[in-house]
Amino acid sequence: MNEIVGMAVTGFGVAFLFLGSLGVFRLPDVYNRLQAGTKCTTLGAFCTTIGVGIMEPEWFWKTLIIALFILATNPISAHALGRASRKTGVPLCDRSVLDKSKEFEEYRKGR
Amino acid sequence: MGVPMIIFLGLIGAGVVLCILRMLGGPSPADRMVGVDTFSTVTVALLVLLGFVMGRKIYLDVSLVYALLTFIGTVAVARYLERGI
Repeated sequence: MNEIVGMAVTGFGVAFLFLGSLGVFRLPDVYNRLQAGTKCTTLGAFCTTIGVGIMEPEWFWKTLIIALFILATNPISAHALGRASRKTGVPLCDRSVLDKSKEFEEYRKGR
Repeated sequence: MGVPMIIFLGLIGAGVVLCILRMLGGPSPADRMVGVDTFSTVTVALLVLLGFVMGRKIYLDVSLVYALLTFIGTVAVARYLERGI
């Protein structure tokens, strides 16, 4: 029973890891790549480590610590990267339709 | 090691290869850094899964230390890109 549930959770996480990497490879600009590469891989790594912990019950607490660490630190590094690329002026792709950050900058400059 | 585990390891390996391709061919430094960040997260999961396949508990410690070091490295490089040293 443990084996089957753990294998299912691990398979779910591995599928998300692969899809996140595919998004990083295929999407058009930095912000889209960051979105695919941080959300999908956070969920994927969380489910993979928890699934291994379910399959091997003595390892559960250690895998829980690893999963919580990933859950806490991955969004921080993604946010730092996104802010750095925004501040250094990496352009958006041609097909993007809305740029709220630029509107806010113009509003602050005009006031 | 059954058939599902081989499929899982193959999928994670394909993800690692895609991240390395993005690291090699990204147009701007931020693109390469996104590739490195995704690569590190995928590698942490791969280390945990390898530890389960080989039956060694030491791989969990290795993956925890690897996650800590790549987090610090990514934040440091992002700060460097934002305003220099």
